[in-house]
Amino acid sequence: MARIIAGVGSSHVPAIGAALDLGKTKEPYWKRVFSGFEKSKEWMANTKPDVAIVVYNDHASAFSVDIIPTFALGCAAEFPPADEGWGPRPVPVLKGHPELAAHIAQSVILDEFDLTIVNKMEVDHGLTVPMNLLFGQPKDAWPCPVIPLAVNVVMYPPPTGHRCFVLGKAIRKAVESYPEDLRVVIFGTGGLSHQISGPRAGLINSKWDKAFLDNLSKDPKKLTRIPHLEYMREAGAEGIEMVMWLIMRGALDDRVEEVYRFYTVPASNTAVGHIILENKRKGTAARKRAVAGRTRQAAMRKRAPRISS
Amino acid sequence: MTRTPQEYDDIPGTFVFDAERSRQGYGINMFCMSLMKEENRRAFKADEAAYLQRFQLTAEQRDAILKRDYNRMLQLGGNIYFTAKLGATDGHSFQHLAAVMTGSSQEDYAKMMLAGGRSVEGNRSKSGKSKGVGGMRKSSQKAKPTAKRK
Repeated sequence: MARIIAGVGSSHVPAIGAALDLGKTKEPYWKRVFSGFEKSKEWMANTKPDVAIVVYNDHASAFSVDIIPTFALGCAAEFPPADEGWGPRPVPVLKGHPELAAHIAQSVILDEFDLTIVNKMEVDHGLTVPMNLLFGQPKDAWPCPVIPLAVNVVMYPPPTGHRCFVLGKAIRKAVESYPEDLRVVIFGTGGLSHQISGPRAGLINSKWDKAFLDNLSKDPKKLTRIPHLEYMREAGAEGIEMVMWLIMRGALDDRVEEVYRFYTVPASNTAVGHIILENKRKGTAARKRAVAGRTRQAAMRKRAPRISS
Repeated sequence: MTRTPQEYDDIPGTFVFDAERSRQGYGINMFCMSLMKEENRRAFKADEAAYLQRFQLTAEQRDAILKRDYNRMLQLGGNIYFTAKLGATDGHSFQHLAAVMTGSSQEDYAKMMLAGGRSVEGNRSKSGKSKGVGGMRKSSQKAKPTAKRK
């Protein structure tokens, strides 16, 4: 069966993409940012996932204000980089995994998450910047196929943190019911604190960000109770996109191993946050507990068929 | 037309792009979206007022666009990811727009970001109801400038 082996949280600041594309990574300002991802690239090169599910948001590239889907799953065979006004980013076209994507769509919709299915979509910096940060800058092809999950965080209200977290759980269930042996890494992107609109632009709240990362690792359920108002007040109007990290977290075990973390301020107008969480490799004893846990979960599911945290 | 009061209206210096603004600002945002095409950018630059006739805009919205009043655009339903495309058409970096919206020079804004950004202290709430509030000026939309890096 397929399984989710790890989660990656990463900011997706457009200026990081521009710095990469214009060859500015060695400049002191940018070196500070990119140096934080050196270990992550090594980790990814060793992890070699078969598929990456990337939770991100579109920034007025694929979606205008004509249609604003809350959760849009990319089921296409490929996703070209979008022209965001300066020509498409010079990155390879992203290959999809239409079979797994269709399987996920079917599974989570029947689990009562009303996804929008997208069979044709261009992807912007929200997806390609984290790909670069973790996979480097391949010339011809990305090392693995990608399933994009675009979340509306542009128009208020985005889905709640709790909704995102339980969607993550449903995605995990879907992945684990896919027959092929695939090792899947899931990305949550965006954030951390930033406000880029209005007179309060430039807001950064490092204390809040650090607490968010701590809880993401150790006590994610606490994060699912944060109301939108608090995100906007504390982490900036655009900081609300951090709810997307909770989809990634929901798809992982309750207890995870934090293998890496990085935080720096600023990249352009934004606090850069990054974390790698691995599902613990199960030893014999742990596996027994896990089996018992699954049996317990199955019994609970019989009583209440809905997914809840 | 009156806006339904929202809890988040209490956040200073912030125009939350909600469903109501999305409806109200449809014309602004679709105009900005059109600027993703080179031919449209050229047509707009050649005759701004004439180009804006293609979109459903109120006189106020048209005026805000022509005057590049970015805060007014947001207030009238523009969204920052869309209005940024207008800034790019003018050849401005995003940081320039951010500086304009905050009423500071680009240099000062960049310095503030390098020093750790705008502190949340004193910038949480207009009414002072939110915890840890440092007291925003009530009617002003101006947010407090930078704080020291911790």
